[in-house]
Formats: sequence, C-alpha cells, structure tokens
Amino acid sequence: MITKRIIPCLDVKNGRVVKGVNFEGLQDVSSPVELAKFYSGCGADELVFYDITASSDGRKLFTDILVETAKSVFIPLTVGGGINTLEDFDRVLKCGADKVSVNSGAIRNPDLVYQAAKLYGDQCVVLSADIKRVDGVFRVFAKGGRENTGMEAIEWIRRCVDNGAGEIVVNSIDTDGVKGGFDLPMLEAVCNAVNVPVIASGGAGKIGDFITLFQTLPKVDAGLAASIFHFGEVSIKDLKHQMALANIPTRE
Amino acid sequence: MVAIVDYGVGNLFSLECSLNAVGAEVTVTADPNVLKNADQVILPGVGAFEDAAKKLRSTGLDRVLKELADSGKPLLGICLGMQLLFEKSYEYGEHEGLGLIPGQVVAMEGVIPSELKIPHIGWNALKFRNPTPIFADIQQGDCVYFVHSYYATNCEEFVTATAEYGAELTASVARKNVFGCQFHPEKSGSVGLAILKAFTRLKEEDIC
Repeated sequence: MITKRIIPCLDVKNGRVVKGVNFEGLQDVSSPVELAKFYSGCGADELVFYDITASSDGRKLFTDILVETAKSVFIPLTVGGGINTLEDFDRVLKCGADKVSVNSGAIRNPDLVYQAAKLYGDQCVVLSADIKRVDGVFRVFAKGGRENTGMEAIEWIRRCVDNGAGEIVVNSIDTDGVKGGFDLPMLEAVCNAVNVPVIASGGAGKIGDFITLFQTLPKVDAGLAASIFHFGEVSIKDLKHQMALANIPTRE
Repeated sequence: MVAIVDYGVGNLFSLECSLNAVGAEVTVTADPNVLKNADQVILPGVGAFEDAAKKLRSTGLDRVLKELADSGKPLLGICLGMQLLFEKSYEYGEHEGLGLIPGQVVAMEGVIPSELKIPHIGWNALKFRNPTPIFADIQQGDCVYFVHSYYATNCEEFVTATAEYGAELTASVARKNVFGCQFHPEKSGSVGLAILKAFTRLKEEDIC
C-alpha cells in the first residue's frame, strides 16, 4: 500500500531559511541545505522549498541552493514561489526539483498549468491553492492569501486538474497558524471533487492532528507543515512512529 | 565508471548526483564508444514511451543497447527506462521496445480498483520475488518512490520485486545482466542509494 507522506515546507528568502529553527546537532539552522539533510535523515518523505525572494539576485541564490540540496538529499523535492512562466519551471527543474508548485502564477495565467503539464508531465505540476471561506463559500485567494480572486475554490481546482495538475496542495487560510488541526471539511470537499493526490496544509499543531487527518479522510495523501517541524514541536520521527502505531501506512 | 544514456529524455541531474553520492564515477553520454567502455550503463527516462522509443531508434542507441546487453554489460533501466527494456508498450497505441526482457507494458487503469488514484505516486514497500544482486543491501518491506501509470506484465519469470497497489505491480525485473526498476532509486533515500551502490559494484563476469 502506498504510504501517507509527511512533507516539511521550508520558506527560503535570499538563500536562507526564514523563521529561525533550533535543533540539536544542527550547526547552521538557517541553511536550507543543512535543514533539508536533517529532515531527510528524520524520515521526511518529500521536501518543499518555497522561494519568497523578490529580487533576481535572490533567485540565483535560490537555484544555487537547489543544486546543493540535490547533491545530498535523495527524496522528492518540490519547488514553489515565483513560478509564473515555463522558463521558471525549466530553471528549477534543471537544478534538481522534481515537481513545481504553482499558485498565483496559475491564477494570472490559467494556461500555465496546461502548458507545463504538456511539456513536463502531469506528475511534475502541483497546484497550490490558498482557500478561505467567504460567506460560507470556499474562495481562492491570491498574493499569499491577501487578495480574494472571487473564484470558487472547488471549481478552480477541478479546472486545474482537467488542465493537467498532478497534485493539489490545499492551504486553508481559515485554519493556518491556528494549530487546531487541519481543515477537514475543506479537504473533504476537494477529495470528493478530484482523483489526484491531495496534500493537506494549514492547521497542524500536534501529532494527533495528522492522525485525525489520515483516519478521517483516507483519501488525503500527505500532510504538509512548516513551523511545527522547524520549532521542534512535532518531531517527524515521533510523528511517523505514532502513525504506524495507529495503522496508518507509513514509511518509517 | 557508470554511464548514463543521454537521449534527450528527462532530467538526469538527480540521477547523476545520487551516483556520485555512492562514490561512483559518472558520465552522461550518447557516445556508443563511451557506453561500450563503461563498467555499467543506466537507461533513465521519464515521459511518453513512444517518444522515448523513437529517440532511441533515431539515434541508433537501440542497437547499441542491445549489443551491450548481449555482451554481458550490467544494464539498468529506471522508470520509463525499465519499460523500454520490454518487447512492447500499449501506452497510447502499440509501440515496440528494446525486447531485452519478455513482457509488455500496460495501463494500470482498469486493472486496479477505480478508487485508487493514477498515477501510482509515492512511497510503496517492496515485496521480493526472485533474488537479485542489486537488492543485496536492502530488506523486504523497504519503501521506494514510484511515479507511473503503466506497468510491466507477462514477465513473471523475471520479476524481482512487486509493490501492492490494488494489484501486485511489477516493481523491478532482472534477466541475466539486464535490470529494471519501475521506481526511482535516485529519489528513494538511503534504500535507493543502496540499490544504486549494489548495481555499480556489478562486473560483467559476475553475472554471466
């Protein structure tokens, strides 16, 4: 049986990991390469590097880091942030990314998903959607969750999957940062609408939140989180051990 | 030295890095002479079967690979590279492969239960079948990373491992000096590296 994936997300700005982390045995806590190695060693199933740099100098630093990471970390690597064109796909894929995550770039140019899927294959294109309830309706937000696009989220996701998106990351703005658990109703709505892997993001605060996620919604394929891993609130080793004890298919 | 066959299909950077990480000297090449002089040869590949098979034929690399296989050179196909080792694929039509291992490549759709997602993507456990030297340093049940929608069938005799996904999918095969992994060892963490390392230890005389 395929295992449920646990995916730490690293925000990178100007070549460094944003949000200081503090791990025993990790010398340079803001080095993306060192952190990637650390997580890979702990049993992370995949890594997401999110580039929040705006300048072109920073972009170069970012691709240098990807290359360094690809030389020493041998698990799937997804890259997101600032992906607006096929050239952006090309740039990060050449540096060792296996999948590329698009968000605002797909909203601005919905054809991007189709073009990229045709060129690199569906498995390479990850749609990341920031979703928030507005008057009881799931709406897609752009620009890091600041701008309501007015689009209905399930319809948007379905359309992107039809265009070739091979995986969906569902970021619930409603539960993000609250640490009260994943947004199960939102995730269920997405799982019922599409038949590609769904990755849950936003809301995890403890190990039990992942267990609840996979037990309540067996169709969810992966759980993604950032700060709870970075701050050591949840250790990936312990998490996977607990998942295995709860009979959730896990790669320990 | 291990040679990666460069025929314009997919990104070879990660594979090259993973081989470096297990201490192998690596070259990425389409030069038949370099391939003939390599200790081992890896046929990578992602994308569509038809396109990849055409590229092998148009560059003459199909003949080179058949000669290498006949000469006893350790040859490893990865993902689409493994599928190309078979006689035929039914991916969007009917296409001829290298025919180095008897069997066909068919769609998972219609074979596995419809509630399972296609592609089969993620980490899945290996269930060993026939013994193979490239699994010398890994255990039954170890997980490796898969991404595929088609799988090899009618090749029972050559299956070295399967993965359970609504059916027993062919995960790896071997026939004398020709090996294939449906999964990506270069993306399968320490287990994948152990497989690559074992492959790069193989010598022509050991397996023929």
